[in-house]
Amino acid sequence: MKQAERLNVYKTYKLFVGGKFPRSESGRVYEVTDSKGNWLANAPLSSRKDARDAVVAARKAFGGWSGTTAYNRGQILYRVAEMLEGRRDQFTAEVAAGEGLSKSKAAAQVDAAVDRWVWYAGWSDKVAQIAGSANPVAGPYFNLSVPEPTGVVAVLAPQESSFLGLVSVIAPVIVTGNTVVVLTSEKSPLPALSLGEVLATSDVPGGVVNILSGKVSEVAPHLAAHMDVNAIDLAGADAEESARLQVAAADNLKRVLRPSATDWTAEPGTDRLLAFLETKTVWHPIGV
Amino acid sequence: MAMDKQTFEYAPAPESRAVVDIAPAYGLYIDGEFTDAADGKVFKTISPASEEVLSEVAQAGPEDVDRAVKAARKAFEKWSALPGSERAKYLFRIARILQERSRELAVLESLDNGKPIRESRDFDLPTAAAHFFYYAGWADKLQYAGFGPAPRPIGAAGQVIPWNFPLMMLAWKIAPALATGNTVVLKPAETTPLSALFFADICRQAGLPKGVVNILTGDGSTGAELVSHPGVDKVAFTGSTEVGKAIARAVAGTGKKLSLELGGKAANIVFDDAPVDQAVEGIVNGIFFNQGHVCCAGSRLLVQESVADEVLDSLKRRMSTLRVGDPLDKNTDIGAINSAEQLGRIRALTEAGEAEGADRWSPECELPSNGFWFRPTVFTGVTQAHRIAREEIFGPVLSVLTFRTPAEAVEKANNTPYGLSAGIWTEKGSRILWTADKLRAGVVWANTFNKFDPSSPFGGYKESGYGREGGRHGLEAYLATAAEPSNERSERESERDR
Repeated sequence: MKQAERLNVYKTYKLFVGGKFPRSESGRVYEVTDSKGNWLANAPLSSRKDARDAVVAARKAFGGWSGTTAYNRGQILYRVAEMLEGRRDQFTAEVAAGEGLSKSKAAAQVDAAVDRWVWYAGWSDKVAQIAGSANPVAGPYFNLSVPEPTGVVAVLAPQESSFLGLVSVIAPVIVTGNTVVVLTSEKSPLPALSLGEVLATSDVPGGVVNILSGKVSEVAPHLAAHMDVNAIDLAGADAEESARLQVAAADNLKRVLRPSATDWTAEPGTDRLLAFLETKTVWHPIGV
Repeated sequence: MAMDKQTFEYAPAPESRAVVDIAPAYGLYIDGEFTDAADGKVFKTISPASEEVLSEVAQAGPEDVDRAVKAARKAFEKWSALPGSERAKYLFRIARILQERSRELAVLESLDNGKPIRESRDFDLPTAAAHFFYYAGWADKLQYAGFGPAPRPIGAAGQVIPWNFPLMMLAWKIAPALATGNTVVLKPAETTPLSALFFADICRQAGLPKGVVNILTGDGSTGAELVSHPGVDKVAFTGSTEVGKAIARAVAGTGKKLSLELGGKAANIVFDDAPVDQAVEGIVNGIFFNQGHVCCAGSRLLVQESVADEVLDSLKRRMSTLRVGDPLDKNTDIGAINSAEQLGRIRALTEAGEAEGADRWSPECELPSNGFWFRPTVFTGVTQAHRIAREEIFGPVLSVLTFRTPAEAVEKANNTPYGLSAGIWTEKGSRILWTADKLRAGVVWANTFNKFDPSSPFGGYKESGYGREGGRHGLEAYLATAAEPSNERSERESERDR
C-alpha cells in the first residue's frame, strides 16, 4: 500500500517583543512570498501599538542590559552565534526562498551572518578602549571620557539583505549596551522573525531585541517620532522616507544614522558600532 | 549688607577701555574683505551694562550668505589640499595672536557681552587661545586620530554660535574645522558680534588665505539662511534646543553633517558627607559663573535632606558677598544680563517660580540704573513639576530640591529631557563613580564644576544635542566617515571624470 505523502507542519511567524512571541495586536497579517510569488507564510502586520509596546519593552530592558559587564555581553552575543550555527539549514532555506538565492549563495550569507555575530561579540570589551580617552587637561584634574550606550535604538533593517544585513545592523547596536526595536525587511521578514527564536534561547534578556514585521511606511514614522527612542538607524528607508523620518526624529533630537549604499558582505568597520554611543567625560580634582 | 560691617569696602578697580578701539561701523568679512551687506542693512550692538551703542554692524541677507558660502567653497579646494603641517602653522599663529591681543579682546568681550572682566580675562580668552593651540597640533596628525588611515574634511561649514561666550564659542567651532581642512562661514550672535569681527582681523594678521574664514553678522534669519544654504556641507550650532530642533529639521534629507550643542538643566548633587564650604563654592560657580548664561550651568541643586539647612544657610551667606555691577571692574563677580530680551525671559520664569509656590530669595544689593541686571536668586521648596525645575532659565537663578537616597538623587537628576552636565559632591570615591555612571549627562564634574579644557570632550545626551567639541572626539564632527560624503572626494572624482 502506498503511503500518503506527509503534510508539512507550517510555522506561525510571530513578533518578538519583550522576550515573548505575540501576534500583532492589530490582528493583521500579510502574505510573504518567495521571489517567484509563491506563498511562504503570513507575517504579522505590525501597528503603531506594536511599535509602542516594543519601545516600552526596550526601555524596560535598557537599565539591566547596559548595566551588565562588557565581558558578559560579549559572551551572550557569542552564544547567539553558537545557536545560529546549529540552525544554519533553517536560515539558509528562509534566505534562499526570500531573496531568491541558490542554496549555496544563501548558505554563504548565513555563514557570514554567524561570523558577523562573532566579530561584533568580541567588540563588547574593546570598544571603550578605542572610543574612550584619558584627557590631559591643563590643571590638577583626573579627566576621563568613556563611551556609553545611547539608549533605545530603532532600526529599519535593510530591505534586500534580509539576514546578513539584519544581523549587521542589530549586533553593533546591542553589543555596546543599547536595546533595539527592529523593523524587518518588508518583503522578506521570515529570517528576522526566526532570529527572535534564536535570541530567546541565547541568554539575551527579554526586551533587548524586539522584532517587528510590517510596512516601513506604517511603522517607521511612529518609531522616528517616539519621544522615548534615543536613536534611529535608517538603513532600510529609501531616500524620500529617510528625509521624512529625519524630520520626525528631530522632535527629540534622536541620533540618526542615515542610509548609505552598503556592501553587507564586506568587513563592516566601526561606524555602526560608534554611531549609537554617547561620550561621557568625568572630572575630578587631584590633591591631597 | 550685613557683611559690610565686618569687611572693608572695595575700591573701584576698573579695567581701562583705552586698550580697545571699536570702529563706529563694521561690514561683513567675506573672502578676506570687509564689505557692506548687499541690501545695506545694519543693526546696532550695545553694551548691556550701560545700553550705550558700541558700534553698528551689517545685517547679512541671503545674497551675502550666498557670497560667503561660495567664497568658503572656493577656498576649500586649496585649504583642504594644504599639507596638515602648513594648516597647523596658521592655527598656531592664530593662537599666539589671540594670546598677544588677549587684554584688548577681553575688554571688548566684557563690553559687548556684559560678563565680568575677571572671567573674560582669566577664562574666555585663555580658553579660546588654548583651543586653537590644541587643534593646531592635530592638523598634521589626523591619520592617528582613529577615524581611518586618511580622514577627509567635509567641505564648507556653516557655524552659528551663541552670545554667552562669543570668542570661546568661535574658537570651539573654527579651530577643529580648520585643523581638519574645512573652511567656515561663521555667524556670531546678534547681541555679541564684535569679537568675531576682531577675529577677522586676527585672520588677516595671521595671513590666513582669503575665504577660509568668513564672518557674517546678523540675526536669526541670517543663521537660518546659512544652515539651509545648499552649498554648506556641514552645520554646527550652539544655542537653544528649540532652534537646534529646527535646524535638525532643516538639514533632514540634505546629507549635511550636523553637530548640536544645546540647552541644559544640570543637577548639582550634594551628598550629606560633602565638605560644605567646597560644595558651596561649587554651587556658586555652577550657577553664577557668567551670570548663569551657561548651557551646562548647575541650575538644579539637589541637596540631601539631612544637610539641606546647613548648605542653604552657607550658600546664602556666600551669595551675600557676591558683587554685582560694572563688568569692567576687576572685583565684579556678576556682570550684566546680556540683553533686554534675556532679562525678560529670566523675569518671566522667576515670576512663574513664585506663582507656582516656590520660595524666592536674593541678597540685598544695589543694581546700576542703566543696563540689564538681575540679582543672584535662589528658589527653595521647588518641586520637579515647577517650570523653574524643568526649563532652562539661562540666568543667575538656582532651583533647590532635596533628596533622601542616592537612587532618588539620580532619578531626579535624570528626570529632564536635557543631558548636558551634572555635578556630584561627596567625599566617598565609590559613590562618585556609582553616581557618575548612572547620570545621563555628557560631562560630570565631581567635587568641582564648570571646568573646561580643549582636550576634554564636551557635549550632551538626549535633547542637549549630539556630537562632541574638544579633544580627539571633537575632530569627528568635521571629518567625513566612510559612509559620509566628502566635498573633497566628490570634487576630485569629478575632476577625474572630466
